[in-house]
Amino acid sequence: MSGHSNYVPKTAIERWLDVRLPIVRLAYDSAIDYPTPKNLNYWWTFGGILAFCLVTQILTGVVLAMHYVPNGDLAFNSVEHIMRDVNYGWMIRYIHANGASMFFLAVYVHICRGLYYGSYKAPREVLWLLGCVIYLLMMATAFMGYVLPWGQMSYYGAVVITSLFGAIPYVGNALTTWLWGGFSVGNDTLNRFFSLHYLMPFMIAGVVGLHIWALHVPGNNNPTGVSVKSKADTVPFHPYYTVKDGFAIVVFMILFAYYVFYAPNALAHADNYIPANPLQTPAHIVPEWYFLPFYAMLRAVPNKLLGVLTMFGAIALLFVTPWLDTSKVRSMRYRPAMRWFFFAFILVTLTLGWCGSKEPANVVLKLGTAPNGDPTGVTVTTFSQFLAVYYYAYFLVVLPLLGLTEKTLAPPDTISTPVLSHGSIAMPAGAAAQAEKKG
Amino acid sequence: MTQTAQETPPTDHESRRDFIHIAALSAAGVGAVALAWPFVDQMNPSADTLALASIEYDISKVMVGSQAVVKWRGKPVFVRHRTPKEIAEAVADDHSSMRDPAPDETRHKPGKPEWLILIGVCTHLGCVPNMGGTYGGWLCPCHGSVYDTAGRIRAGPAPLNLFLPDYEFLSPTKVKIG
Repeated sequence: MSGHSNYVPKTAIERWLDVRLPIVRLAYDSAIDYPTPKNLNYWWTFGGILAFCLVTQILTGVVLAMHYVPNGDLAFNSVEHIMRDVNYGWMIRYIHANGASMFFLAVYVHICRGLYYGSYKAPREVLWLLGCVIYLLMMATAFMGYVLPWGQMSYYGAVVITSLFGAIPYVGNALTTWLWGGFSVGNDTLNRFFSLHYLMPFMIAGVVGLHIWALHVPGNNNPTGVSVKSKADTVPFHPYYTVKDGFAIVVFMILFAYYVFYAPNALAHADNYIPANPLQTPAHIVPEWYFLPFYAMLRAVPNKLLGVLTMFGAIALLFVTPWLDTSKVRSMRYRPAMRWFFFAFILVTLTLGWCGSKEPANVVLKLGTAPNGDPTGVTVTTFSQFLAVYYYAYFLVVLPLLGLTEKTLAPPDTISTPVLSHGSIAMPAGAAAQAEKKG
Repeated sequence: MTQTAQETPPTDHESRRDFIHIAALSAAGVGAVALAWPFVDQMNPSADTLALASIEYDISKVMVGSQAVVKWRGKPVFVRHRTPKEIAEAVADDHSSMRDPAPDETRHKPGKPEWLILIGVCTHLGCVPNMGGTYGGWLCPCHGSVYDTAGRIRAGPAPLNLFLPDYEFLSPTKVKIG
């Protein structure tokens, strides 16, 4: 999409089309001939995996919408109808339901790859911001989709998440009533969630288009974080990365198929197979696994408004990450101190997710025993508070300050240098170019 | 004709054109905002939702020490028949420190302390609290808010006491909610 095009129309019809709508040229330039750094590792295949996930969700979703009824009285039974009566309905629904989890798994790896290799740093800030927008849209879509089966978890998930907006001073109550279309979550809420759940994937697809456009202007980042200096640093996207991405997608599909065919409800909650009952909340409600770290932060703060702000703030931090990181070195491969803070960040976020799945008053670290025999000590809430502080500090303290004070290793001069010399001795540029030809 | 056109300074033409641009854009802007409102307002409660009638409930079925859960405007309403002990506990706690202070007598109709009628929606994030908890009132299963026997918030993340619906006693055994 940037720079000059090497496309040469081969047939008369391609030549005819090229001067009218150069769509074949666009495809050739962005998916065949597109120059890609030659050192991308498997962490870079998750972009392709995510494209696969989006297509899977849209295809299965369109099919499910042919059988699903968005009505408070009929929705639950229509899902059971899909599961029991519709030909292959069980499979298509399990692909769609587990597909959401797979989508989030892939997006978290993709985001962490960007955080580790500094893919958010100049000149890729807009690319990163568009990714954050996609992530927000994904969360909204997943939440609304989870409401549609109209089981107990669907219902109370909708109640809790929409009530978050009630924490906003002055307009909170009016806003929740507006979201609900009534005085409680009900049929009107279900109908609008269905409409928006169908719309949003296409908005995601649109922003993905912008995301790829913004990617193809500066080109891919790479594990060294060093910019592409010459043609010797790149290989054409096809066949090198079409094959690599394709292989990764197949491996990913094995994991996906395992969940769909052998553990289709492992990531779900049994309570959601009970029809929604506005008069009885299930004894233990938790969101889907991909929201648990944020849920833990919401519960960690004893004040309603501050809890909601802490939760949304955790996501908002991603949007400003490009301007919080002060380091001149992109890749953490050459930031030895930063790496440890990064690995701790991953561990903390996973542990927050664990906390989100536990009862707030449970004791994590037993320090003593109460008179009635109950253990006392550090509760899940206290533990979550401690972890949430680190989560925030990673963005607001470590990224800005460590970048100014740390001692970094010297990144290689070019991408080719460590590839050809195993990182020890720099080779002359000519040798690198020759090796590229042999490859 | 050509002379008159030349006499008029060209800046005049520009300012008149600017005025047309600004006026046209303003009109289009006002029109867009006016058109946006119906699309926003359609998501607010519809006329039939707003018209949901009040309900009448026969409280004679509710045994002392138990509660009935009645659905009103899609929400649960607790009708709790308090025991003398529960009433005494609630009154005794009137002067304890609370997040949302309210004496017990403001939580029920005058002369009817045994009947506590509340909207059964946790003021934290909208779950339905279950009877129980350390203060003998309700405990919310979602985030652990604890309410006492007057429905006042005593512990946990909820900011306010359970809300009171509009209701009146039509007879000693019949209430009208809404």
